[in-house]
Amino acid sequence: MLEKLIFEHSAPGRSADAQFPQAPVESPVPTELRRAAPPLLPEVSELQAVRHFTRLSQLNFSIDTHFYPLGSCTMKYNPKACNQYAMLPELLGRHPLAPESTGQGLLQCMYELQEMLMEVTGMRGVSLTPMAGAQGEFAGVAMIRAYHKSRNDLARNEIIVPDAAHGTNPATATMCGCTVREIPSLPNGDIDLGALQSVVGPQTAGIMLTNPSTLGVFERRIREVAQIVHGAGGLLYYDGANLNAILGKVRPGDMSFDVIHMNLHKTFSTPHGGGGPGSGAVGVSETLLPFMPVPLVGRQGNTYRWLDEKDLPLTIGRLSSFMGNIGVLLRAYVYMRMLGRAGMQRVSEFATLNANYLMIKLREAGFELAYPERRAGHEFIVTLRHEAREYGTNAMDFAKRLLDYGFHAPTTYFPLLVPECLLIEPTETEAKEDLDAFVAAMIAIRQEAQSEPEKLKGAPWTLPVRRLDDVRAAKHLDLKWKAA
Amino acid sequence: MPFIPHTETDIRAMLAAIGASDTEALFDEIPAEFRTRGLDGVPAALSEMEVGRLMSDLAARDTRRLNFIGAGAYEHHIPSAVWAIVSRGEFYSAYTPYQAEASQGTLQLLYEYQTMMASLTGMDISNASLYDGASGLAEACLMAVRANRKSKSQRILLPVALNPTYRSVLQAIAGNQRLAFDLVPYDPQGGQTVVAALEKYNGQDITAVVIQQPNFFGTLEDVDAVTDWAHANGALAIGAVNPTSLAVLKPPGQWGVRGADIACGDGQPLGVPLSSGGPYFGFMATKSEHVRQMPGRIIGRTLDLDGKPGFTLTLQAREQHIRRSKATSNICTNQGLLVTAATIYMSIVGPKGLAQVAATSMQRTQQLVDALARVPGVRLAFDRPRFHEAVLLLDRPVGPVLEALASRGIVGGYDISAHYPSLGHGLLVCATETRTRADIETYACALGDVMKSAAAA
Repeated sequence: MLEKLIFEHSAPGRSADAQFPQAPVESPVPTELRRAAPPLLPEVSELQAVRHFTRLSQLNFSIDTHFYPLGSCTMKYNPKACNQYAMLPELLGRHPLAPESTGQGLLQCMYELQEMLMEVTGMRGVSLTPMAGAQGEFAGVAMIRAYHKSRNDLARNEIIVPDAAHGTNPATATMCGCTVREIPSLPNGDIDLGALQSVVGPQTAGIMLTNPSTLGVFERRIREVAQIVHGAGGLLYYDGANLNAILGKVRPGDMSFDVIHMNLHKTFSTPHGGGGPGSGAVGVSETLLPFMPVPLVGRQGNTYRWLDEKDLPLTIGRLSSFMGNIGVLLRAYVYMRMLGRAGMQRVSEFATLNANYLMIKLREAGFELAYPERRAGHEFIVTLRHEAREYGTNAMDFAKRLLDYGFHAPTTYFPLLVPECLLIEPTETEAKEDLDAFVAAMIAIRQEAQSEPEKLKGAPWTLPVRRLDDVRAAKHLDLKWKAA
Repeated sequence: MPFIPHTETDIRAMLAAIGASDTEALFDEIPAEFRTRGLDGVPAALSEMEVGRLMSDLAARDTRRLNFIGAGAYEHHIPSAVWAIVSRGEFYSAYTPYQAEASQGTLQLLYEYQTMMASLTGMDISNASLYDGASGLAEACLMAVRANRKSKSQRILLPVALNPTYRSVLQAIAGNQRLAFDLVPYDPQGGQTVVAALEKYNGQDITAVVIQQPNFFGTLEDVDAVTDWAHANGALAIGAVNPTSLAVLKPPGQWGVRGADIACGDGQPLGVPLSSGGPYFGFMATKSEHVRQMPGRIIGRTLDLDGKPGFTLTLQAREQHIRRSKATSNICTNQGLLVTAATIYMSIVGPKGLAQVAATSMQRTQQLVDALARVPGVRLAFDRPRFHEAVLLLDRPVGPVLEALASRGIVGGYDISAHYPSLGHGLLVCATETRTRADIETYACALGDVMKSAAAA
């Protein structure tokens, strides 16, 4: 740890005086409800606070500073223009419950965003309210349940999930009160259709799929999957986390999906922010239009308004205090306007070009691909099981050593199916020479694994901290600072 | 090509390495029947200059007005330093700290946040955020069901005076897992939840009781009495609280004899702009004994290989990427950037500053209420102590009054008559430290004009 904690900079009575109203006020709080001791907040000057948090920021890897090929996260460049124009004072300072007449500019942006997202996904309706991918998944599964309930098909309680699915998929199914049925993937990465056929039935609510899948490959027999599930009376949910691979080339609506969620903080480049905020807008087919989460934006002539429970009486309801992560939605809107029609298609084209190029160069360098016979989508998987066996250095060790070489590591140990895996997603905003530099680093690290494995096992060496003890963190819980 | 760096030379070299003739070939695994021809419904690209102009024009249609709405989102002064630092690329464009050693900035900041939030709420442990106050309350109720092992009913008592949108969201999110909600009425004179109304549940299996402090009307609740009733009845107590108010109000951890079990709420007042509704963030804190049932990320301090302190995600076995269908919640991405803003905000205002923001807001709301209640046709609804919001009752429908005020540059409050029809024409108003005496005078004058120019209903 390079930096003291902010509390360790504090001195009793020190404050940043410019920041709060000066007039001392007698406490207007009734005695029995009054707070006895002040809360433990820092007592520092403004400069101390600025210096502390600026220095903390400098301890981070970020897209702005490092190549960040985190598979399944789509760490593409976050254009500064999106931040600037989303934070125009009129948009930033407006209260969500102010009369609609005072927010027509904002509502127009949101309406047009709905329209553009419908167009790129091929869906019939879009709701912008879910605040992250997982909440979008929740909305999707809740809509599927609501649909079956509306038809009195009450036995349909089971959600089918491929074993390679992202953890949020089964977690979401449980949150919606469903049971989860896992089906296996074949060695070539496609779903096992035979297994699927054997598990569908009158209990099937639906299937949750990602396409391209979390294995980085396109589910080629999606038509058959749709036929099997629809044939059994279930619906198809599309996890849009990998939309970057097919944006502008394929539309989920055209692949027979009934509901999709998009991760605007992935595909549409809104900032990852150290763990959010995201946005998990959902798109639906005709079948699920009545159930969309509210509010939506509607238009009558040139006037825009919020559509709510009165307009959609069968809605699954509200998922947020207001209308979702508006600031994130504005950034996505600006991004989509800057890309435009042709730009969207180029996203998947160059994301796929970068991924396939990186995949080939790593294969040529002798790394083992999990699916060597398949094209990469926007990401691909390398398995380091050979290196783990031969040199005793596993995927975690490679990841930590990559940090020393100035690269954020790819996603490790996901999907669970592939041992010692790295899920690598370069995105379209990276230049060829940065991909080449990553390959060079991987080659150098493998050389070290062979001749000096302790360089990997002890990595990282050059960061503010050495490798951290996760086991200790969970065993000896230290979750907040305490005064001595 | 916006943001795509490839030159023709790059493309040729890369295709050659792959052994593909053109980029189209890279999509050859996708059945032709699915290929989209074009996205005609998407407009052509705009340059940054053009999109800047577009956004300025759109924003100009939403001219700034004087804001007097609270109702769950509060306008406070945000020190300039907050967003200057939050907008730094190292915070803005980083992701969830999966590689802890490369994310010590974010992780240490979150540890500091957890420390501040635990103290502010008077609880043992805070998480690193949920989406917002409403969904956070839903998670708190689901957590209470898991944590209260002695209770089987999954029944939760909610105040009628709880934010109505929070109630809607609770139903939408937690209703799927067969939670049932019973409503506890408020006193029409004071505006507070009627503690005596809890007695009809004596001896019944109740899993948890939710207390919102202040409640949706801005009224201060008898938090001790409700918390003690809950515990005496084998229920957990959940406090949904305003974080600014905790600088001056007794926090949930000190409610009643044993303290509330879970504290939650919306952190937006702490350095997050109104931004037309979001992104905000939900905070949650709890007692040590419940930590394994708490959803959301948690950061812990540990040691590195050299024995030096560092920070990392911990207790991940609660979360979806480990437990999958058995996780405490499906939450993954949360609201990290807003927590960053809140942490910097709390560091700059400090305990004294936050208390002054709270006290000044209370004072301004009192001044607002005094000024507006002098206008004929307007009276105060409830007579009990408040935080920084109040309900006024008008002698006519609220909607047209608000529209008339809006055309005079004032966003006068939130019309609650649809949510609480028994109150009549209810208007929820709020004035924070950002409203000056002059602003209040402007509103009072404008309201006087509006009420005079149209007859009473």
